[in-house]
This record gives sequence, structure tokens and C-alpha cells, in this order.
Amino acid sequence: MSTYDASFRIWRGDAEGGSLRDFTVEVHDGEVVLDIVHRLQATQASDLAVRWNCKAGKCGSCSAEINGRPRLMCMTRMSTFERSETITVTPLRAFPVVRDLVTDVSFNYEKAREVPAFVPPQGVAPGAYRMQQVDVDRSQEFRKCIECFLCQDTCHVVRDHEENKTAFAGPRFLMRVAELDMHPLDAAQEAGLDRKRTAQEEHGLGYCNITKCCTEVCPEGIKITDNALIPLKERAVDRTYDPLVWLGNKIRRRADL
Amino acid sequence: MATGTEPPRLTGVHDPSRAAIAARHLRTDRWWLAPAVTAAGLLAFIVYSTWRAFANADYYAAPYVSPFYSPCLAENCQEMRGGPNLDLFGSWWGLSPALLILVFPLGFRLTCYYYRKAYYRGFWASPPACAVAEPHAKYTGETRFPLVLQNIHRYFFYAALPVAGILTYDTALTFRNDRYEWGHMGLGTLLFLVNIALIWAYTLSCHSCRHIMGGRLRHFSKHPVRYRLWGWVSRLNSRHMQLAWASLISVALCDFYVYLLASGTFTDPRFF
Amino acid sequence: MAQVDRQQWDVVVVGAGGAGLRAAIEARERGKRTAVICKSLFGKAHTVMAEGGIAASMGNVNEGDSWQVHFRDTMRGGKFLNQWRMAELHAKEAPDRVWELETWGALFDRTPDGRISQRNFGGHEYPRLAHVGDRTGLELIRTLQQKIVQLQQEDFKECGDYEARLKVFQECTVTRVLKDRGTSGGERVSGAFCYERESGRFFVLEAPAVVLATGGIGKSFKTTSNSWEYTGDGHALALLAGAPLLNMEFVQFHPTGMVWPPSVKGILVTESVRGDGGVLRNSEGERFMFDYVPDVFKEKYAESEEEGDRWYEDPDHNRRPPELLPRDEVARAINSEVKAGRGSPHGGVFLDVSTRMPAERIKRRLPSMYHQFKELADVDITAEPMEVGPTCHYVMGGIAVDSDTAAAVGVPGLFAAGEVAGGMHGSNRLGGNSLSDLLVFGRRAGLHAAEYADGLAGALPAVSQAEIDAAATEALAPFHAADGAENPYTLHQELQTTMNDLVGIIRREGEMAEALEKLAGLRVRAARAGVEGHRQFNPGWHLALDLRNMLLVSECVARAALERTESRGGHTREDCPSMERAWRPVNLLCRPVEPAPEDPAADRIVLVRTRTEPVRPDLLALFEKEELAKYLAEEELYE
Repeated sequence: MSTYDASFRIWRGDAEGGSLRDFTVEVHDGEVVLDIVHRLQATQASDLAVRWNCKAGKCGSCSAEINGRPRLMCMTRMSTFERSETITVTPLRAFPVVRDLVTDVSFNYEKAREVPAFVPPQGVAPGAYRMQQVDVDRSQEFRKCIECFLCQDTCHVVRDHEENKTAFAGPRFLMRVAELDMHPLDAAQEAGLDRKRTAQEEHGLGYCNITKCCTEVCPEGIKITDNALIPLKERAVDRTYDPLVWLGNKIRRRADL
Repeated sequence: MATGTEPPRLTGVHDPSRAAIAARHLRTDRWWLAPAVTAAGLLAFIVYSTWRAFANADYYAAPYVSPFYSPCLAENCQEMRGGPNLDLFGSWWGLSPALLILVFPLGFRLTCYYYRKAYYRGFWASPPACAVAEPHAKYTGETRFPLVLQNIHRYFFYAALPVAGILTYDTALTFRNDRYEWGHMGLGTLLFLVNIALIWAYTLSCHSCRHIMGGRLRHFSKHPVRYRLWGWVSRLNSRHMQLAWASLISVALCDFYVYLLASGTFTDPRFF
Repeated sequence: MAQVDRQQWDVVVVGAGGAGLRAAIEARERGKRTAVICKSLFGKAHTVMAEGGIAASMGNVNEGDSWQVHFRDTMRGGKFLNQWRMAELHAKEAPDRVWELETWGALFDRTPDGRISQRNFGGHEYPRLAHVGDRTGLELIRTLQQKIVQLQQEDFKECGDYEARLKVFQECTVTRVLKDRGTSGGERVSGAFCYERESGRFFVLEAPAVVLATGGIGKSFKTTSNSWEYTGDGHALALLAGAPLLNMEFVQFHPTGMVWPPSVKGILVTESVRGDGGVLRNSEGERFMFDYVPDVFKEKYAESEEEGDRWYEDPDHNRRPPELLPRDEVARAINSEVKAGRGSPHGGVFLDVSTRMPAERIKRRLPSMYHQFKELADVDITAEPMEVGPTCHYVMGGIAVDSDTAAAVGVPGLFAAGEVAGGMHGSNRLGGNSLSDLLVFGRRAGLHAAEYADGLAGALPAVSQAEIDAAATEALAPFHAADGAENPYTLHQELQTTMNDLVGIIRREGEMAEALEKLAGLRVRAARAGVEGHRQFNPGWHLALDLRNMLLVSECVARAALERTESRGGHTREDCPSMERAWRPVNLLCRPVEPAPEDPAADRIVLVRTRTEPVRPDLLALFEKEELAKYLAEEELYE
């Protein structure tokens, strides 16, 4: 087993301000960045704030930016860096900072609340749900999401434009809309809820310019752009930009007047 | 895209609520390489295709017709025996006939989900790379005119189908020799075959095609044939980016080959 | 006097894992204003780590399954120490709880006819585990989380406030369950004293009913699959409120945790790897589990590799391979092989699927295992075997509760569900029974907490300022440590080593006595634990507070383990290696020493022996006479 000293630069501070601080810290074989942060806590900075939980890439708590890239600290192995490299760790830069590596991710919880929940089909009793595997495959892929919010962090729509946060739900929650719209038994339509319309009008689907950073950072390897966002855009095209449907709507609206 | 040249803006990653870090990004890898290569590649194609489209010359060397000029829709088109002459516009069109037809493949590629990513990143730096702050003060994405028009991609896909069909026809014609006798092949035939395969693969791997084939369905289990089609397209679709580049290069190559032949710079090596 | 924010709620649920969220949903649906409080972010609970599935006898894959069979398996797995009424309710209600999840949007893997698919698992006679690949826990948490959001959306529509009737206080910790010690009506729960981890701000949730659903105690051990949250908070809160803990000696060591690299040591390798065909081999390439089938299980398991292999295809005519024995048996077997020098390079054994299934199937059936090994250990499980070894996984012991109502014994208004509650799993839990336990008893706890709150009809218990002041003083103590303050991280590491080495998977009398001494020493030092900095998101401070709980719970485990002079399920004594029928009807209750002694070195726990309630005759009739004779004490057989 080999051990060496690594150079780390970690952002410390809070909403009032802060800076990158240098640390030299021991690294052992097979460790990940989160191990190093824990060693710093235990030996040099007992009050270094960091959010973490499962340490196995399953809970999505330890999101941070490592050398400028949104990553899970528990899934970033030290062996991927040169030993001489200085490793910079900062909090997520799309959300308000709380302290050190901890950010306020309440934006995501607010957006989660704005997506109407699954609508159970009328007249189907619990236990009587029948769904084919091929019909649930797509939504199951999206349900692999561990809500690490790295996609929300990297998405330039909100990362670079604070003002878009009100109008744009972010890739995670547009994917949630796609998941429900592809759910084989979701009865939103019957209940008068058009998820394709809400995706466009309430969750800001149009802001997405499919530059795929969400897919790049997803630790679960979900093809967010290709399998959720683009299909959702295509579904929106079905209802809004299809000339026949559009014409039909125009005529009906006029008739309503 | 140098960092730190402009004064820090108080929005985005420099919003006062966020961690106070002056740098626009802290990436240490060569993040600028991908957008730079993309921009350079696209630019090269634009320059080349503009020259060729306006040239209105050297696009036919029997039995090969440049894909830039096929189908040829005006009266001023060169006569191509058995070839894609479809004089829909008549004599009033005085410019290069390539401009008439290129609108469709251009529109198809311009609104393609992959190319959108490529040029938003490469040309517009929106964003230049992941987690690298973009230089724009405002961003509305594809919610407004003109970018809202990206949503018509599907109709360009429909238009791209007959164009690909005619290019397939052109490829069939390359099995003739320069005296229009069937059953021959030359180096150009091979090039055309590769090109048409890539054109079809790119066209069919389109996200809109994937949606139309089956993506729009909610119950695959009730439409087994469309589910299978969707599966095939999905597999192609996962290589949409590679196909977009490969077919872009191959179409330019084919055109360039025809140019070489038509301008007499090169003679097509015949196999039989 | 501590000025703290006070809020009034009907029901407070501590913990937002499967049990806590299910309890909150139930209480809210019964019309109670419900607050959920959890240490992590909402949706990050340790339940997400559960991989295998939810055990429920829906009979979708094998129609022979029924609640009776499930009950029987559960009792066998727990070596008959289970609180049988809990096992019965659990087996009966689990299918409804799973089906209900579908109506909230869960998407389980399907059978060809469109029902919920069920998979085999250790100790279950039939394929019984509803699952989603190997991320079932995530699906469960997400579904419950989204159900809560749906209820909040309803409230928003009605009164314009998402949190009017159901609120999640995330990243908050409860340090004390508060009690009204007034003379009228005796002592009862009156609320919870909490702090925000982010700001360090104290607050009090006043509520007549508190549901504890805080999970387990794994962080007291060095090698564990549990996350930092598992510090035994609920166990300690209950003890400090005067409620006893039951059979704390039973700690489950999952047989297959990762052993390398060191940073992920202990992280779980799901049992589905074995359920789907994975086999265990030692360094000599031998499938050693065939040598470790105990007598009570001899008739149920294959005797040859050929028979075991045939079982995957034809379970009706073959017996299952011994890799699927209950967890305690497999964990002990691995431990013995490693001790005998037949272990893998990093001190485990080999678990191999690569030679048993095509790579594509492995990736489809075990996606997150593939992912986990690839990313964390750089091992491709489709091409090479995994190295695995036992890891502390689950505590069967817990708060003593009433089987039907989930009410803690002796403290009105206190309820417990999930891992923090004891009794359900006896001496050993079967895989898959924990998720169903969460749902069944989470719902029951929420239901009965709501009913209890209803029954008070305005006669609400009061929170006294004195108690708030005491709790605040206790919580701030680490900031006022004198010179020579102890580092909480060091203390925690020493505690983990002590428990792992002295009260671990194989136990000896002398070592456990030594552990108790060391724990007393650690308590003395923990009283001096000090931290730097301030209250805002200060992990050192949080750990210093959690230490109290871990020390208390560890003392329970060590004391109970020393007392029980037999080996049974999750309690293995080298000096008392056999299961003793005489111990079958004996429960060990840990009670707090009251009043709490001033001297930190003094014992905090007294043990009380109680007899279990006799098993109802119609449930006993589900077993063969000969089988009962292996478990039940002499006098029970006559009854």
C-alpha cells in the first residue's frame, strides 16, 4: 500500500464571503476525494462543512465541483489525478452557499413541488395494476435518478442566469415530467392535466438548448437529454407546432369565442 | 475565451448568494478543445459549401452528380442523362440551382438536435463547455423567435427523406460508365455508396424520426412493430453525433470528387 | 433561559427513511398536522441503500406463496425469537403495502403477464421480493417522497401553503424527546427538542405523539454498511425518555460487504447477486458453503453443486444452493474460511457471477453492483469475481413496542417503527423483510400516533421551560469543554474499534467484559469532548452530540450480548456455540438507570429478563412438530 501527500485547495467560507484555502493531506491507496475531505475534518479542520451520506454513489448528497467539474466526491477516485496535481474542491456554484462545501439546494425541492404528481387511473384497484416491462423501461431509467442535483448545477440556464430560476425547472424536473408522461398508467390526461403543455408553459422546457451538460455530469449515466428532454420537446411539438393540430386549435378557439 | 478579461458580472456564478469565487470556471482540463474543433469543422464546411453552392459549375461528371446539386430544380441545370433533372422552377431562376435544394438538407441539419448542441457551444458559447460560465448577460433559450423555430425540425426531417431518396437514385446511376452503360463501377461509385449509407443512417437516426417511429407511444407493448422500429432507430440515434459528422464529411467529399472529375483535375479510376 | 422557537404539531416523526415517511403519510391522511424531521436532506435516507427488494407474499411468480409461508420463513429466520404477532401482521399486510406504492407511482420490475416481478432471496421459500433492478430502496424512498409532495400539493391547493399540514424539517437533529412529567395523567410525551444542522439554531416541536423512525446503530462499528446517520439516535432518545430496548445483542452482519478498497470497506454487495446465481468460493476455488449447512436447515438446501445449479431453473424439483442460507449462517461461514487461511488477498472470499451469467445479463440484472465495483474498486464483475466479507448491517434489537400499535412500552405518546423498533425480526432478519417492515409498521405507527393524538381531545401535554433549558445546556456542552478537550473524531474511532473487535461478529465473554470497561472509559472522555468553531454546520459538534447516543446504545449491545449465553441468529458466542432452547422464550430488556447517574463512568443500563408471550396455537400449527422441537423450550412444547 502506498501513501503520498496531496495538495488540495478547498473553498471555505459562507454567504458573506470566503476563499480557496490550501491544504496538504495524506492519501492512501484506493481512496476517493470524500475520504480526503473526511481526513481533513478529522485532523486539520474539524468544522469543515460537507454534506455526505452513503459513500457509495447512491444517495447523491456529496455533490461538489472538483477541478471545476460537478462531481460526486464519493465517486471521484484519487487515482484519476496526477500525484503532483493540486485538486480544487468548491461547493456547487449554481446554488446559494451555506458554508464551505455545503450549498442551499432548496431550489430543487421547490421545483419538485411544482410538478403535478402521478395521477392514479380511476377504477383500477391496488394490486390490479398491469404494466408490461417494455412500457415501464423508459420511466424506470429516469427513476434511477439519485437527486444529486449535479445536472441542475451544471445547466447553464440557471447556473449562468439566476433570473431564469423562476421559469425553468431544470433537467432533473423536466425529466420527472417526461417520466410521468411516459408512465403507462398515469391518468393525468383523463384528469384534464396536459403534461406536455405544463412542460412548456410552466416548467420552461423551451429554455433547454440541449447542450447536454446534464447528461455529461449524471453519475447514474441517465441519458437525460436524448431520452427525456428531446422526447419531451418532440411531444410538445406534437401538440403545439404540428400545423394540423395548431389549425384545429385555432378554429376551435374561435368557435369558443 | 480567455478567463478574467472582463469585469466579474454579478449574476450567474458571480451572484452574491453563491460561493465567492472570482474565476469564471476552475476547470483544469482542455475544455476549450471540443468547442474549438467543432467550430473549426463547421466553419470549414460552411466555407467550402458556400463556394460550391454558388459556383454553379463543375457539378456533373457522368455518371456522377454532386449531392449539392441533386435534384436539380431549375432550367439552368446542366443536362444529366437519366439524372435528377427536375425543372420545377423554370427559366426565371438565374442563380445556382444548388441554392434551391440545399435549403432542405441545410434546414434539416441546422435544426438537428446534435448540430444545435454543436453550434450553441462552438459558435455561441452558450455554454462554451460544461460548468464554464457563458459570456451572455441574458438567456431565453429556445422560448422565443427565432430559436423557437428549431421546433420545426420534424418537417425538415420529412423533407430530408425524398432528398435522401433522390441521392439514392443518383448512387444507383453511378453503376453506369461515362457512356451511360450499366454494370460498371469506379472509385466514385464506392464514395457514393459510403455517402448514401451515411446519409440514410444520419437521417434515420434523427431524434424526430425516433419520436415518430415509436417514441410518442405510451404503450410499446400494444405496438410491437413500431416498438421494434423504435429500438432500431434508438440504437442508431445513440451514434447521431458521429453520423452527423461522418455524413457531413462524406457529402463534401463526394461533391469535391465530382468537382475534381468535372474540372478535369482527376480521372475516375474505373474498376470494370 | 433558552429562548427557542416553539411550533405546535399533532404528530412529529423523527426520521425520513421508509418507516418515517410512511408514518407521516398515514398520520397526515388521518387529518393530523404532521412534521417530519431528519438529519439529511429529504430523500437521502439510508433506505436508498436497500437493494434486493420488498418481501411480500403476492404470489406473482409462484402461486404457492401465502402470508402463512412468509410468516413461517420469518420465524425460522429469526430463530423463533420474533415477536410473533409482528411477524404475523407483517406477513399479512406486506402485499397491500406494496400494491399501494404502485398507486403512488412506483414502477417495479414486471412479470411477463404485467404483474410485479418477484425474486428469490436468502431464507425465503418462494420468489417473494418485489424489486426494481437492484435499487429497490431508492424506488421506495422516491415514491414515498413523491407521495408526500402530492399531499403537500393538495394542501397548497386548499390553503395556499405547501407545508400547512405536512412539513419536512430537513437537516435537523432531535437531541431529546420531551415529556410532560405533570401529576395529572402520568408522564407522557410532549414534543421534541431539535437543532438545525445548518445554523445550529435550537427549536422545539410540541406534539403529543412522537414517532421514532431513526434506523439503526451501525456507526458504532468500524466495518459497516451504514451511513453516518446510523448513530442509534432513536434508540437513545427512547432510553432517555424512559422506554426500554429489546434484545439489543442481535446485530446482523451482512455476509457480503466490499472489503477493498479501504475507503469503501463495508459497503454492501446485495444478496440478489447470490439470488441470481452468484456463488461463493474460497481461495482454493471451492464452493465452501456446502460445508456449512446447519442441521436445522439440512433438508431445505441442496447437497451438491449440480442440484443447487438446477434450482435456478427448476425450483420446484430441486433444493436451493446453500449460498442462499440466512445471512447469519453465511456471514459466519465466510468468517471461518478467512480465519482458516482460505481468504482472498484483501481478507474476504470470492463472490463470482462472471462465470455464471453472460455479461449482458449481469449488467441488466445487477446494474448498480456493476456500477459500484467498476467505479469504486475498478473491478469488472462481468469478468472477474468480487471480494466480499461480513459487514455490520442491521440491528434486530430495538425499542420494545406493542405489536399492533407500534407504541413504545411504558411511554405514552411515543411510537417506533422500522429498524429502530425491536421484536419483528427476532434474532436475525431475512433480506427483503426490512423494506416491508418499514411500510407495514411505519403505517401502523402513523395510524396509532394519529389516533392517540385524537384521543387526547384538547388535553395536550405541556412542554416545560426547565426541560428545554436542560436540553439546550446539554447540547452546548461541547463548546464549553475545558482545556484538554477530547477530539470527538478520535473518540468515535476508538468506539468503533472497540465494538468491532470486542462485540463483533464472534463474541467471547472476556472480550465483552473488556468492552464494557472501555465503554465506561470512553464515556468519561466523551463528557470532555470539545469542538472548535461555531454552531453553523459544524460536523465536529454534530458528532460530539451523536457520541452520547452511540455510547448508550453500545453499552446496551455489549451488556445484552454478555448476558445471553448462547448463539442465535445475529449473536454468536464462541464460548457458547450452540442455540439453547431454554433461551428461546427469554427477552432481554435494556432499561435506563434512573435517575441518570452523575458520574459518567457509572453504568447507564440495567438488564431485565422477561418472558415472551406464547405463540398463538394456530400460528404454531403452521410448523411441523419436529421442527418446533428444534426451537421451542421444553416447557413450551407441553403448553
